[in-house]
Amino acid sequence: MRKVLWSLVALIGAFAIGGVALHRGETINAMWIIVAAICIYAIGYRFYSKWVATRVLCVDATRATPAVRLNNGRDFVPTHRWIVFGHHFAAIAGPGPLIGPTLAAQFGYLPGTLWILVGAVLGGCVQDMTILFLSTRRNGRSLGQMARDELGPIGGYAAMIGTITIMLILIAVLGLVVVNAMKHSPWATSTVFATIPIAVLVGLYLRNLRPGRVLEASLIGVALLLAAVVGGGLVNEHETLRAWFDWDGRSLAAFVIGYGFIAAVLPVWLLLAPRDYLSTFLKLGTVLLLVLAVILMRPDLKMPALTQFIDGSGPIFGGALFPFVFITVACGAISGFHALVSSGTTPKLIGNETDVRLIGYGSMMLESCVAIVAMIAATLLDPGVFFAINSAPGVVGATAEAAVTTISGWGFPVTVEQMDSLAAAMGESTLFARTGGAPSLAVGMASILSSVFGQGLLAIWYHFAIMFEAVFILTTLDAGTRVGRFMVQDLLGHFSKRLGETSSYPSILVSSALVVAGWGYFLYIGVIDPNGGINILWPLFGIANQLLAGIALSVATGILIKQGQLRHAWVTAVPLAWIAVITTAATWEKIVSTDPRIGFLAAADQLANKVAAGTLSPEQMAVAPQLIFNQRLDAVLAIILTVILWIVIADMLRVARRVTRGLPVLPSSEAPAVVMEVRA
Amino acid sequence: MKARLQSFWRFVRELATDDAYERYLQHHRHTHEDCAPLGRRAFYLRQQQNKWSGVQRCC
Repeated sequence: MRKVLWSLVALIGAFAIGGVALHRGETINAMWIIVAAICIYAIGYRFYSKWVATRVLCVDATRATPAVRLNNGRDFVPTHRWIVFGHHFAAIAGPGPLIGPTLAAQFGYLPGTLWILVGAVLGGCVQDMTILFLSTRRNGRSLGQMARDELGPIGGYAAMIGTITIMLILIAVLGLVVVNAMKHSPWATSTVFATIPIAVLVGLYLRNLRPGRVLEASLIGVALLLAAVVGGGLVNEHETLRAWFDWDGRSLAAFVIGYGFIAAVLPVWLLLAPRDYLSTFLKLGTVLLLVLAVILMRPDLKMPALTQFIDGSGPIFGGALFPFVFITVACGAISGFHALVSSGTTPKLIGNETDVRLIGYGSMMLESCVAIVAMIAATLLDPGVFFAINSAPGVVGATAEAAVTTISGWGFPVTVEQMDSLAAAMGESTLFARTGGAPSLAVGMASILSSVFGQGLLAIWYHFAIMFEAVFILTTLDAGTRVGRFMVQDLLGHFSKRLGETSSYPSILVSSALVVAGWGYFLYIGVIDPNGGINILWPLFGIANQLLAGIALSVATGILIKQGQLRHAWVTAVPLAWIAVITTAATWEKIVSTDPRIGFLAAADQLANKVAAGTLSPEQMAVAPQLIFNQRLDAVLAIILTVILWIVIADMLRVARRVTRGLPVLPSSEAPAVVMEVRA
Repeated sequence: MKARLQSFWRFVRELATDDAYERYLQHHRHTHEDCAPLGRRAFYLRQQQNKWSGVQRCC
């Protein structure tokens, strides 16, 4: 009976995926993608994850986990697996899987969708589960520590540099997404600003009025956030208030940078912790609502399966389908960042080794599902509208007329009137050139949600979506700045004992300022770049994130080989090889390409030539030297990241060779086995 | 039905860490009989400090 059922799932899945891949009509219904995704996840979870867990990792239900052995009621606590699943998913799911697929939709719906499904089932989920398992076996050690213990100091340093770099670039690119969503939008700006005092209020409630009553405080906070969305609409209609919140990109960037610094220095209970509660509730609620709405509405996707931009001429970011679709989708398929969470808090909560399947593999599957929904929300828009929102003025032309002419010329008809009436319906003055992915995602979400839950509330849903994205981008921003601060303090501690103390105020100020300056620089450059900044920063983020995944998979592969699992090491080695190929190919393109939209150096040279020829306006002239320097810096950064990845891979191969030749290697850092008495 | 709702409510509270203090008191009673437990606020502050000193949020 079971066999029949699973054969049926496989058949339906194969049929749906075939339908998605071979469909060549005008539009395709989103249900094809949803059904294909569900079948693929079901089969991946039921068969592949089970096989990896039992045959490759050899999870042992009778072996006591660190949470059981070291239970201290604080960080080591055996916890029910669905609770850990919830916490782990809340930790790994950020704005990445919403933005990546939206940008990757410029290639059409097919390439991104396929990579989200295949990448997650064979790569991302396996990475998360494996690292979670290995860390659980090592008392919850971090990825960096495991790299040092199992491979040697080189791997350890590489993991540290990779983590700091990805953190800085991630925060910069996310900051840019929020800035672009708020630019000259009084409604969005006032709503996002209002989230800050709301979070502080919730923080005070949770500390002073009713300590630790998270549910009631969050309920009050979410109600206030919804009121702020409506209130933003009133601000937007009021002439004087409107002007107060009508900010340009630079002022918003300055605001985000200042905010990031203050948030990193303030005590966590005041701003970070309460806003995180709000963002987690919003995130879970909105994702559920979206999935429900997509299933109820069953929208048609208007984007073609493939667009002509697979050749690399895309307006959102330059670069051909291979390797850039893999770099752009990022977190929805495989994300190195998850390895930091999987080797952080989560392994200390696991009550039984067999739970790693649900928590590691399962959470990433759900994250990938979020990416699929984002892809649907992006591709249900008219392609002309999608490109008009997401293309920078430097690419399609500075005026609305120029932009619609360029975009219609590509075969994606769109008119100024259409864009204007859409903007009016969303309560915005314009939707042209709102790059970064958040606004087009918000338009997509608003059309889905309003068609199911309240037609005529488009503008409210649009700003709800913007607020929702902004709230958890800001959470990632200050949580990331704080983690970066700890790393810098750790580093500074080598030079001065005082600067290494995590609670000393001078040390907090100096290290926070360093971290904020690091991402603030990239954010500022992204804002002044006429090509929108996303074109530069997102690929760099993708490369950094995949680099971290490469390090995690190298550590995993090395440990598997050391444990005598050479035969099965392909489970992590194949995704690793693929990651190495795509990051190296992407870096190569970003360095040697003569197309200034792709190559960092080509772009720097082109701009330098323009400066020399004197063809730039005084405004462009003023920022040109910074842009040129930045492009060259990005080139160096991309090279460093890729070299680090190859060093770690080489180190892993060195260990593997010694194992196969029977030479001594570092001993396993696994904690000794203790038999569990009762199942927790 | 009522039992189900109750267990769902317990699940939601645990997921939201709404019941963290009660769990702490319970743990404390079992293991540290000799010293007085932290108050609600002190526990909440320590819990947040603890939570936000590592990688908790991602891309």
